[in-house]
Amino acid sequence: MAATHEYRVCPDTGFKIDLQADKLIKWNAVTAIVFLLIGGFFGLMVALTRWPTVHLLPADWFYLALTAHGVDILLVWIIFFEMALLYFASSVLLQSRLPMPKVGWFAYWLMLVGALLGNVVILQGESSVMFTSYVPMKADPLFYVALLLFAVGALIVCFLFFATLVVAKSEKTYEGSLPLVTFGAMVAAIIAVYTIASGAVILIPTLLWSLGLISHIDSLMYKVIWWGMGHSSQQINVSAHVAVWYAGAAVVFGAKPISEKVCRMAFLLYILFLQLASAHHLLVEPGLSAEYKIFNTSYAFYLAVFGSMVHGLTVPGSIELAQRRRGYTKGLFEWLRKAPWGNPAFVGIFLSIIIFGFVGGISGVVLGTEQLNLIMHNTIYVPGHFHGTVAGGTTLAFMALCYWLVPVLFRREIWAPKLAQWFPWLFGLGITGIALFQMGAGTLGVSRRHWDMTFADAPLSYDYPAAAHLLMAANGVSAVIASIAGAIFCLQMVLTLLIGKKREGAVPVASDAAEGLTGHGHGAGLAVPGTFVLALVFLTSFVLYYFVNWKYLSEIWLLS
Amino acid sequence: MSELESGKSGGADEPVPFMQQILDNPFILLFLGVAAPSVLYTVWGVMEVISIPVAQ
Ligand code: HEM
Ligand SMILES: [Cu+2]
Repeated sequence: MAATHEYRVCPDTGFKIDLQADKLIKWNAVTAIVFLLIGGFFGLMVALTRWPTVHLLPADWFYLALTAHGVDILLVWIIFFEMALLYFASSVLLQSRLPMPKVGWFAYWLMLVGALLGNVVILQGESSVMFTSYVPMKADPLFYVALLLFAVGALIVCFLFFATLVVAKSEKTYEGSLPLVTFGAMVAAIIAVYTIASGAVILIPTLLWSLGLISHIDSLMYKVIWWGMGHSSQQINVSAHVAVWYAGAAVVFGAKPISEKVCRMAFLLYILFLQLASAHHLLVEPGLSAEYKIFNTSYAFYLAVFGSMVHGLTVPGSIELAQRRRGYTKGLFEWLRKAPWGNPAFVGIFLSIIIFGFVGGISGVVLGTEQLNLIMHNTIYVPGHFHGTVAGGTTLAFMALCYWLVPVLFRREIWAPKLAQWFPWLFGLGITGIALFQMGAGTLGVSRRHWDMTFADAPLSYDYPAAAHLLMAANGVSAVIASIAGAIFCLQMVLTLLIGKKREGAVPVASDAAEGLTGHGHGAGLAVPGTFVLALVFLTSFVLYYFVNWKYLSEIWLLS
Repeated sequence: MSELESGKSGGADEPVPFMQQILDNPFILLFLGVAAPSVLYTVWGVMEVISIPVAQ
């Protein structure tokens, strides 16, 4: 389908942008933001219900809201935004035409219909099975249909991404290796293929079962295959937000990776090992061997964690290098002090790296250790951990990028830029609070996905320590802060599109942004002492926290 | 930035290293990224579930 392709030249970056890709990026990103708003609203409802003295929703609405929160925010918001990223990283960064744009639109509509259908079915109240939809809980058949439509749409976009790589290569729109940001997006697309295949393998039989065509689905079999999707999709997010980190360093600082070789090898570790960690969701299942659990969650997974630590080192490292080249060379940290702390794109990405590493990353390794998992499994420690990864890490990185991407793509100034400066701090604070307070309450044994921690009308009750109630209240307060920040973000993005000032001047983009995004960095060495110190601080916290948990395990698990 | 460009200094005739050839090929990577978890996680896991004896 060699339709004629029209282009526009981006005045900020000099990129030549295929108009169809341009439009698909805009529509996917804006749709994503709308669902972020819906999903965030449900998150607030859930958090206010889990705040013991507020206890907002009745039980059936609580589980409905929890299902909607998981589906809208974890699947719909994140994946729609990732589709925008895939188009950006392929067609725009490779300066290539987008092959088969009609297929891209078809995929968009499939995903949108799936997302809307999913919301309608969940709101009807017969599908409060949470986004994991564990059998034998049965949802309305249309619930599974909705998820499948959405997933097929996303799979099509992945193939379109690979097709664009092929077209760009054969039409020689770029030279040598793929730019690192595109490479990172490709890793996300690769993981997505396995993810969506796993989803189809389990959701199609589950659909048939909900229609009464299959009599039984084994619950352990369901969990094994479902988590091939459920966990791997988080690894799409990790790869995508790491690509966004590199993109952010490039557009704000004109930074290039300190070592292409090291960064790409770290991504290769993701491709090979990240998805195996799916087994950490099965650590307490009887019936699976210790060899299976430990191989997949420890030996293999630590290699992938190592990959993340490399990225956590090379992104700040590349920023430090770029800043030092601009003359900020005093002491260990002048490069950081003189960073643009008023720029929400930079601050958001910086906080995303910190929260992902210190909060989400460390707690993830602890949870993924078979023995330690016993202390926290199915407690609210688990949502605490993943709000550190997927909300503080992925979501904050994507939101931060929007403060750059939206003005560039739509040629408008961000509405109320002063407010924008507050956004990343407020959201970072709220999400960190959610993560830490949930982790704290989980350590005291509070369950996840539980309507009433006071057990008011339960035949068998249990008294949590007073501190647990306090922590859940603090979680509620943090949720309000994060929701205010989330609302600011959505409002700003929508108002920027509707009434933002048309822009004449350039956005705050490093003059060498395009070069940073698409060029290659080479062997500049490791002259980044500041980053090195930060890495040591991280490793120390990591080791301390890890061993504190072993100590804790030995105290509550008295075997002698 | 010129010193950074020097990475290309090897010249066009320098052979591309083996690892770089792999990393430059999206389809080898796609294969690895699907095959590794399919074998080590999915197939291994499914085999273990299947081999659980059925209660009499
Ligand atoms: C305003 C921001 C947010 C608030 C107030 C919030 C709050 C909550 C709360 C209170 C829970 C329930 C924990 C439980 O009872 O088990 C929860 C679960 C969850 N959240 Fe959030 N969250 C927010 C943002 C996010 C974001 C940005 C994501 C992902 C991108 C996310 C993903 C999830 C997921 C996947 C669950 C698990 C649902 C389940 O157990 O089925 N949340 N959230
Ligand atoms: Cu996981």
